[in-house]
Amino acid sequence: MCCLKAPTKEQEGAFNLKKEKGSDGNDDNNNHYINFHLPIICDVHTLQTLIQKKTVRVVDVRKEEDYQQEHIPTAVSIPLAEILKKDNPQEIINILQNAGISDNMPVVIYDDTFGALAARVTWTFQYMGHTNTALLEMTFSHWKNLGLQTEKKINIFPRTEHALNVNHGIHADASYIETVKEQPNKILIDSRERLNFLTEHIPGAKNIPYTMLGSNGSIFRKAEDIKRFIENRGISADSEIITYCGSVGTLSGLAYYALKLAGVKNVKLYSQSFREWKSLGKPKEEFKDANYWDLSAE
Amino acid sequence: MKNNISTDNSQHKSIPHSVLNPQWGKEEETEVFAQKVKLYRQGKISDDDFRRFRLQHGAYGSRLQMNYSMVRIKIPSGEMTPEQLEKIASLSEAFSIGSAHVSTRQNIQLHWVQLEDVSEVLRGLVEVGLTTREACGNTVRNVMCSHFAGVCSEEAFDTTPYAKAIARFFIRNPMCQNLPRKFKINFACCNKHGLARIADIGLVSAIKDDMKGFKIYLGGGLGAASFIGHSLEDFTPEDRMLSTCMATIRLFDRHGNRENMARNRMRYLVHEMGWEKFQKMVLKERSIVEMTTSYSTSKLFNVKAEEDEKRQLPKSVHLTSKLPMLNEQVTQQSPSYKRWLHTNVVPQKQEGYFTVFVTLGAGDITANQLRVLAGSIREFSAESTARNTPQQNFAIRYVKGSDLNDFYNTLASIGLANPGALTIASAVGCSGTTSCNLAITNSHRLAKEVQRKFLELGFDTDDLLRDSTIKISGCPNSCGQHEIATIGFFGGASRIGAAMAPTYTMLFGGSDGEFGELGKAVMRVPAKRVIDTIRKIIDLYKQEHDNTETLNQWINKIAAGEGKGSIKNIENIKAILLPVTQLASIEQDPESYRDYGNDVKFSAKTARGECAA
Repeated sequence: MCCLKAPTKEQEGAFNLKKEKGSDGNDDNNNHYINFHLPIICDVHTLQTLIQKKTVRVVDVRKEEDYQQEHIPTAVSIPLAEILKKDNPQEIINILQNAGISDNMPVVIYDDTFGALAARVTWTFQYMGHTNTALLEMTFSHWKNLGLQTEKKINIFPRTEHALNVNHGIHADASYIETVKEQPNKILIDSRERLNFLTEHIPGAKNIPYTMLGSNGSIFRKAEDIKRFIENRGISADSEIITYCGSVGTLSGLAYYALKLAGVKNVKLYSQSFREWKSLGKPKEEFKDANYWDLSAE
Repeated sequence: MKNNISTDNSQHKSIPHSVLNPQWGKEEETEVFAQKVKLYRQGKISDDDFRRFRLQHGAYGSRLQMNYSMVRIKIPSGEMTPEQLEKIASLSEAFSIGSAHVSTRQNIQLHWVQLEDVSEVLRGLVEVGLTTREACGNTVRNVMCSHFAGVCSEEAFDTTPYAKAIARFFIRNPMCQNLPRKFKINFACCNKHGLARIADIGLVSAIKDDMKGFKIYLGGGLGAASFIGHSLEDFTPEDRMLSTCMATIRLFDRHGNRENMARNRMRYLVHEMGWEKFQKMVLKERSIVEMTTSYSTSKLFNVKAEEDEKRQLPKSVHLTSKLPMLNEQVTQQSPSYKRWLHTNVVPQKQEGYFTVFVTLGAGDITANQLRVLAGSIREFSAESTARNTPQQNFAIRYVKGSDLNDFYNTLASIGLANPGALTIASAVGCSGTTSCNLAITNSHRLAKEVQRKFLELGFDTDDLLRDSTIKISGCPNSCGQHEIATIGFFGGASRIGAAMAPTYTMLFGGSDGEFGELGKAVMRVPAKRVIDTIRKIIDLYKQEHDNTETLNQWINKIAAGEGKGSIKNIENIKAILLPVTQLASIEQDPESYRDYGNDVKFSAKTARGECAA
C-alpha cells in the first residue's frame, strides 16, 4: 500500500501511460488508484484524472434538483440537508455505503456555496472515519464557467461496505467549548461575518470571517496567506483551534479546512455552533455601543 | 491546488484597460505595520506610541472598541480607477463589513477592520497604488480637488494634476510628519465648486495675463469653532504655489499650538495672531522658502508627472440625437430614467459628454455594487475613472449622451440608480455612532432616513429645492460639514423633562464655493423630529417665497435677517417651528427619546477622539 501525493503533470503522464498499456476500462477495483491519498484540497486537474480513471467518488452536495440539472461527471448526489438530517453515525455510514464508497476510496466533494457546504460534508465523512476525502478547489459554477465537462446522468454505484471509525478528535461539543477558556493553548475561532460577530459571540472567541478565506473563484486563498492571517492574530500553528459559526457548521467547516491548509494540525469543529450555544443559554459577549449595522449599504 | 484559475471577466470590449497605478502606497509599510501590531500586542510598544504610529498609517480606532480600526484610504483628488474600486470591493468583503464608505473629504473608509488585519488591507491597497499613509494623525491629510475639475465650464484650467503633485510632495515629507495638528488642502475648479474656503489652504484656479495661477485662501476650516479662509493675495502664479504651501505649513509647524488639542488647528493660530500679521509672515516665509529650497527638493513637485496620457481625452462628440430631458421639468410620476437624468446628470464643457452622479446613501456602497460600478466605468466613461465627491457620491465623467440610457440600466441593475444626487435629497451624514468615538448621535442613519423620505416624497423633482443641501454631523466636530449646508445639523444630547434625548442643533444658510459662508445656529431639534422639521420648513417656504426664489435663497435671507414675508429672521422661524420640535413625556412617547438604530434608552457615550495623535 502506498500513499501518493497529488499527481503532477508528469504523473498524469504516468496515468495515461498505464491506460494505454491496456486497462479493461473498469478501474474501480484497481488498488493503485483506490489508494491514491488526496490532499486537503483537490485541484481540477487531479480530479479530472481521477474521474477519467474511474478511481474517485465525486460527491455533489447541492440540492438534488440542481444535481439533476447537471453535475460533474460521475458525481453522486448527497445533499447537505440529507447529512444534517441523520444524527446517527450509522445512518451516515449507510449513506456512504449506498453511494458505493468503500473504506479507502478517494472522495472529492463540491458545492455551489463557496465551499462551505462541501466543507461540512467533507468534515462529516472524515469524522465518520473516511479520511481520504477532499474538497474540490472550486465551486460548480466556477467549474462550468471554465467550460469543464458536466453531465446529466444520474449515477448509481453498487453498494459497498464501509467501516465506522468515529474520529472524536476533530469534533467539539458545547461542554468541550466551556473548558476552552481556561486553556491558553486552545483557541476558539468564530467564522461568521464581522457584524454578526460584533453583535454577539462565545466569550473569548476570535473572529476570522469566512470571507477572508476564499479568493478569485478559488474556495481558498494560498496557504501562505491564511498562515499569515493566523500569525497576524498571534495564533501559533501548534495551538488547538476550534471553529464555529452561526448554525450548522458550514462556514466554520470552511474555516476548519482553511486552518488545516495553513498547517494547523489540531483543529476541531463545533458542528452545532452558536445556535446550540445560545439555545443552551450559555454566556455570550455582546457589543451594543455602536450602530454598526447602519453602515451596511444593503 | 492551482491559483492561476480566475473568472475575472471584467475586461471590457472597447475601452482600453486602465494601467494607471499612481503608486501612493509602499509595500514595506505594510510589513512594518504588521510588525508593529505584533510588538504592541506583546506589550513592547506603549498605547500612546502605537496610536501615533497607527494614525500615521490611516487606521483610526473604532467606537469604544479599540481592537478594530476604521481604515481610511486616501484618494488624492478623489480620482479612482476601476481596478482600485474592485480591490476595495474585495478588501471590504474579506476584512471589513462588505461595504465601503465615501467620506466627505474624498477618502474611502473601511470600517470595523480587525487591527490584526489592517496590514492585509494595506497590502491589497499597495497592489492598486493606493495608500492610507497620513490619512489620519497630525499630517497633511488627503488633498481634495473639485470633482468637476477638468470638465467645469467655469474653471480657468484643470487643477487635478496640481492637487496630485501637492499630495505627492507632502506625503512622507519630513516637514509634515508631526504638525501641531492635522492640515487640509483643498483645490477648487472655479468659484462655485469645491471647498476652498474651509481648508487650511484652499486654492481656486485662476489665469492672469495668460499666466496660470491660483487664488489662495488660508486658515479656513470647520469644527467646534469654524472659520472661512482668508484671501492671501489677488493672484499667486503657478510657480509660487508650492512655496506658498510650504511657507504656510512651516509657519504652522513653528507657531501652532501644541498644548491645547481643542485649539490647535491653524485656523486658531490665524485667528489669535490676526490675519494681517499671519499674512505678512506667510509672504515673508515664502521668500525664504524660495531662496533656500534646494533644486532637488523643488524637483519633487512635478505637475507634469501627474498629467498622464489618460488625460488626452477624446474631443467633443456631436450628439446623434437630441439629449432627453436634462432641462425638462420632471415629477414624481415621471419615468424613473427621466427623473434620474434630471437629478443626476450634468453636461460638461466638452460638448456631447456628461457627468453622471451615482447616488449613495450617506456614502455607503456594497462590494457587489463597487464591482458593477467599476465595470460600467470601463464601459461608459471615456476617461475610465470615477471621482468620489464630498457629497458622498461618485461622479462618473465623460459619459457620451448616447450611452446614458445603457449606463442607467447597468446602475439600476444593482440598486445604484437612485435619483436625487444633485438635489436636497442627497443628504450628507458622517459615520456618527456607527463607528466614531466622538459621535453622540447616529447621524449616518439619519442622513439615510432623510434621503429615503425625500425621495419618497419626490423632493428631488422640485427644482426650487434643488440647490439646497442637508448635511448632518454626529457631534460638533463637523465631519458632516453641517456648517456649509443650507440646513445643517450637528448631534448632541439634551435633557427633556427627566430624560435624555438625542438632539441636533440646526443651522441655516451655510454654503460652499469660493464665496462660501458658515451657517447660523437656529435651534435644537430632537433626532426623531428632524425630518418633520425640515418638511415644515419646506411647507413654510412654499407659502412664503417669491415665484422664482429657491429654498436655498429663501433660507439665506432668513439667516441674514432679510426675509421678505412674515418670516424675516431666525427668531421668527424658530417660533413657528417650536411646536414641531416638542416631545411628549418619555412615558407617552418613548420612541422619540431613542436614537435611530437603537431600541434602548439613549445615553451619550463617547471616548477619546483620535483626530489629533
